[in-house]
Amino acid sequence: MTEHRGKALSWSIVNGVVEVELHLAPCNEIGTAMLADLERIQHALPELEQRAGALILYSSRKEGFSAGADLRELYAGSLRTSERERLAGVRDFLTRIHGVLNALDASPLTTIAAVQGVCFGGGFELALACDLIVADKMARFAFPELRLGLIPGFGGIPRLRRDAGNGVVRDLLLTGRSINATKAQSAGLVSQVAGEGEALRVARATAAQTLKFDRATSAAAKRFAKPIPLEELRREIDLFCELFARPAVMEGLRKFVESTDAHPYLP
Amino acid sequence: MPTLEQTTDEVLNLAASHFKVPRAELSPADDFYRKLGIDSLQALELLTRLENHFGVELPDYEVQGVSDFQTLASRIQARL
Repeated sequence: MTEHRGKALSWSIVNGVVEVELHLAPCNEIGTAMLADLERIQHALPELEQRAGALILYSSRKEGFSAGADLRELYAGSLRTSERERLAGVRDFLTRIHGVLNALDASPLTTIAAVQGVCFGGGFELALACDLIVADKMARFAFPELRLGLIPGFGGIPRLRRDAGNGVVRDLLLTGRSINATKAQSAGLVSQVAGEGEALRVARATAAQTLKFDRATSAAAKRFAKPIPLEELRREIDLFCELFARPAVMEGLRKFVESTDAHPYLP
Repeated sequence: MPTLEQTTDEVLNLAASHFKVPRAELSPADDFYRKLGIDSLQALELLTRLENHFGVELPDYEVQGVSDFQTLASRIQARL
């Protein structure tokens, strides 16, 4: 499937590059709709890898790249199920999203996340699965999960540890604070900072440059430079599920979802 | 180093320009959430704009609870 128009995302091949547009309102929250579309691209990857050399993930939502996991859907779903079903459902979701992100991480395509605006939690984890992050200078990155009594669950900690120094990893995780593109670049998470509204253009120019090289060599270089921390990723799922089983998490989710606070995104 | 008054003035200029409101309508003591009619995501935009302009890092927990321009400017001033 070289072209797809889905509820949450669409893709097509443009000049040898798979361009994946995230367009789920309000800000590409990752719930069942986004997961289903991400799995479609996961299953299409073998064919896309034959027809293209690079892949760009970008958002057409003005709010940003992605605000992360769909907490409202998670909470509403949790209310309708028993505790056992709730935990099984979360583990199943995590296993599936890890499957998508691991496939993206391992793809021989050179993958680029073009980030603007908000790139929080699961959205940040999606970007971290890519080889390069090109960030608009107004982009903002954060892992706010600890305020819900959770850790990032879509591979965030292992991939963050792969790319950034431990001081930055702990700062992001333990304070939940957000950082701008320049700070994220100095931390080694962002490859290039683009001007406002220019991230996609810069990502396209970068993708075009990578296409000049032999694909097999690029894929070999990627495999060597970017090992996938599979064991840590598996342990992350277990730890997330262990934390998710605590009553405090449902209370944290309830507070977030039912909050009338005008500032829910400020940790 | 600029004075707090100068920093506050720059914050007001940036906020007016970013959210496209007349500069004359903004004062240091204004609640920027109310005056600009912004939500938390837009407040983060303002934070990013200020960080980029002043070349400082402003952790969002330091501005949590801050809602007037002058206090926001004082947080920036402390990092200049």
